[in-house]
Amino acid sequence: MATSDNHGANPTIGAGTRRLVGFVRTLRANGFAIGLAESRDALAILASPAASRPSLLGPAFRTLFCADRSDWERFDDIFAAYWRGRGVPRAQRPAAAPARGPSLQRLAETARLDQSRGEVDPGEGADGPESEDRRPHRAMASDAERLAATDMRHVVDPDEIAKLHALADRLAHRMRARFVRRERARRRGRRLDLRRTIHRSVSHGGTPIDLAWRQRKRKPLRLVVILDASGSMAPYTAFFVRLMHVLVEAFRETEAFVFHTRLVHISHALRDRDAGRAIERMSLMAQGIGGGTRIGECLAAFNRWHAKRVINARTAVVIASDGYDTGDPDRLADAMRELRRRCRRIVWLNPLIGWEHYTPDARGMQAALPFIDLFAPAHNLASFAALEPYLARI
Amino acid sequence: MIPDRDKIANRLAAVGYVADTDLALALWLMDYLKRPLLLEGEAGVGKTEVAKALAAVHETELIRLQCYEGLDQNAALYEWNYQRQLLAIKAHEGAGASADAIEEHIFSEKYLLERPLLAAIRRDTPPVLLVDEVDRADEEFEAFLLELLSDFQVSIPELGTVTARSIPRVVLTSNSTRELSDALRRRCLYHYVDFPDIEREARIIVTRLPAIDAALAQQVARMVAAVRKEDLRKVPGVAETLDWAATLAGLEVHELRAAPETVHETLMCLLKTHEDRARMTREVTDRLLGKVA
Repeated sequence: MATSDNHGANPTIGAGTRRLVGFVRTLRANGFAIGLAESRDALAILASPAASRPSLLGPAFRTLFCADRSDWERFDDIFAAYWRGRGVPRAQRPAAAPARGPSLQRLAETARLDQSRGEVDPGEGADGPESEDRRPHRAMASDAERLAATDMRHVVDPDEIAKLHALADRLAHRMRARFVRRERARRRGRRLDLRRTIHRSVSHGGTPIDLAWRQRKRKPLRLVVILDASGSMAPYTAFFVRLMHVLVEAFRETEAFVFHTRLVHISHALRDRDAGRAIERMSLMAQGIGGGTRIGECLAAFNRWHAKRVINARTAVVIASDGYDTGDPDRLADAMRELRRRCRRIVWLNPLIGWEHYTPDARGMQAALPFIDLFAPAHNLASFAALEPYLARI
Repeated sequence: MIPDRDKIANRLAAVGYVADTDLALALWLMDYLKRPLLLEGEAGVGKTEVAKALAAVHETELIRLQCYEGLDQNAALYEWNYQRQLLAIKAHEGAGASADAIEEHIFSEKYLLERPLLAAIRRDTPPVLLVDEVDRADEEFEAFLLELLSDFQVSIPELGTVTARSIPRVVLTSNSTRELSDALRRRCLYHYVDFPDIEREARIIVTRLPAIDAALAQQVARMVAAVRKEDLRKVPGVAETLDWAATLAGLEVHELRAAPETVHETLMCLLKTHEDRARMTREVTDRLLGKVA
């Protein structure tokens, strides 16, 4: 079908190519992963008959350049902005750092200290009253065992924090292996590997003397961590965020969320190699607007928008929260019921359990309790270590 | 040849698939750039149907590889026919053949069982290879698939390298239950398949159920679109729409509003969980009917 609408969409090669390069650069600035092969194919599209019909170019480039749904949804705007001259959009990232909540501020600082440990001046991280506090810790032999048993509220020394984080690293790495259905050849096992057995038996004239076996393989557990970043959790959030960072780095199949008044997906921010920057990016994303912790609504939002994608029947969901909910307890119970049905296990980590005389009588905690598989303390590293055998059995 | 989206869409419609025009363009690009096409979208939007329709349009074979967790090369690529191999070893041993000769013999093509991936590259006419729900397979398999999709050759240690006789048209589908690797995403063209809009869904109903009244098809499509907006656990897909439309036609309903009772009872074939059924009360049905009919 011949058409005559040739206006401007079939440019001379030089100018067209230059425009295209600019477009690819704009897309990259907006987080599209585009390699040389894609650029080359884009040129092929420009040279193809499709380029003679301007209405085809947009959809064609979209199919070529997009790699997932978020790309797909943003593409049309960027395309229109670039090719129809409505101004090139800036990279869609938070432009300037607005004021953030005190607890998250502290998170970023802790992380930065952690990054520069070794060269940092020991006095820098702690001010007046805290340096007092630090001395007794220094005097003791700072062995891992003692540190592991210390309530995280009381760890303020940068060195100790660094050690705590190193312990958390080790723990996270140990926690991840489990068995799956996929099999691999082993010397001993539970099923005969016929392919190998036959191969070996050829030299014995077909008598299978030397048997080969197949055995189940270990595979990382899929974890979803949902962290309460409200004010009441502040003494512990730094540590939890650190743990999440390690987990996300160690397992490909981990997803991390933070909630306060609303739920924020932070896996992408946490995948940043630089822990300090990761946490800073995360704190930008998770700024609470004030108005109390709404655990129920945040979990409902998780069920509605994220659960289908991140949860399968082998997922363990770890919720870290003290259960102080300003929302409706029924809402929380509904959300927990829904979540319970979808995943394999729900672990609720509550730092308060480590306190003496604590009973879970906050209304939110009461509402959530019936749906929890493991209700565990999380005030120190030893309590985390105790989780490991549990997760290994899932 | 100017890619005519409408023409491609018409050809797809002729084999029973009503595509939106952008998808038709994506299919044209797939041929033009020789890249695989990755389709993502909710369950039930008709991703698998795209591959079937593509095979029908090109009048070629559809080779389907259903992915699942634990899928490995034995099940996806090739397997040896062990029973025959064992028999052959015994037979040759009786005849006094040397071990080397036996080995050469039993690892020949005669004893090779093709699995979908190998089959797809050994056809003389390019088939359509559908790698269904690739997100269910694990990462090792994804890496292997990527290698196959870029080189279109596989090496079988006992036999040597098998190069593709023809390059298959490859369609991958994913429900995004797992994040696919960037490498695989980059390798593929991408199309996000959404639920069809009302017009298109009505056309799908008419195409698939030619006997149905066009006005009823329109009403059914509008009603289903409204149901999808409700807060349901399992959103009804296109297949459910077709089932429902067929049911209504079979019960000789011509006007949804005229038979609210039947509509409510049959609507249940759209809903697949107990909870959703409980939520879709008579009042809800009537409210939706009031809006659409």
